Amino acid sequence: MTRKNINPRVRVPKKVKQGDVFEVKTLVTHPMETGLRNDKETGQKIPRDIINKVNVTYNGKEVMKAIWHPAMSANPYSAFFVVADQSGPMTFTWIDDNAEIYTKEVMINVEG
Amino acid sequence: METGNPQRPVIGRRDFLKAGSTTALILTALPLSAEATPENAKAAIEKIIGSTVQKEGRINIVLAEIAENGGTVPLKVSVDSPMTVEDHVQAVHVFTDGNPLPEVASYFFGPHNGKAYMSIRLRLLKTQNVIAVAQMITGESFVARKNIKVTIGGCGG
Repeated sequence: MTRKNINPRVRVPKKVKQGDVFEVKTLVTHPMETGLRNDKETGQKIPRDIINKVNVTYNGKEVMKAIWHPAMSANPYSAFFVVADQSGPMTFTWIDDNAEIYTKEVMINVEG
Repeated sequence: METGNPQRPVIGRRDFLKAGSTTALILTALPLSAEATPENAKAAIEKIIGSTVQKEGRINIVLAEIAENGGTVPLKVSVDSPMTVEDHVQAVHVFTDGNPLPEVASYFFGPHNGKAYMSIRLRLLKTQNVIAVAQMITGESFVARKNIKVTIGGCGG
């Protein structure tokens, strides 16, 4: 099952200074179905379907890892901080219960 | 509706069931077989950090006092730490004691984060406590909790 409407979004500052601590904000459109709800018409349990893992690397090095549970809201928002080191790519990976992987890459521009 | 508020450290199942009609109504409207209680929130915490003594302090939880919509409740957790190689926060785990499952999220940090901070949005079924546990590289664990009143539960149903 391939989804079409999953759209991961990432926001980082346009430029950062080396050594600065900057905020990284992410938002993914995902239903985050808890697996606890029943279908109103059929009475069947709606299977759990959430993003359960998040990985973030910066210049190839892991800078953040998260495990999510069904108590994360739909279209999960997440923010954290990273120390600016060298200019380079920051890569985000989200993995859901269907083993689908969503990725996003942004450039971190470090000056000075 | 304060009776169902799991502020007390230990709350029996019977006490819990007596916890007022509003809560009961919300609960029966939801197809849930399990229910997190302070006990299984505690068990979930111990599963992750073991029997390490949980100290108070160093954690700052930013959470509204009242959530009108339990479906998406902003939460910010920050931990006071120098975030050096010798002394940093390894992980922050968030739990609740009134949702169907106690776990919410675990975030893993290192010195490259500069700040031990996480911001998420969570689902809350009813009025309950949000608990944050921080694990330090030094082996220490810190815990903080904050109560939030939820007027409309957010686990669907």
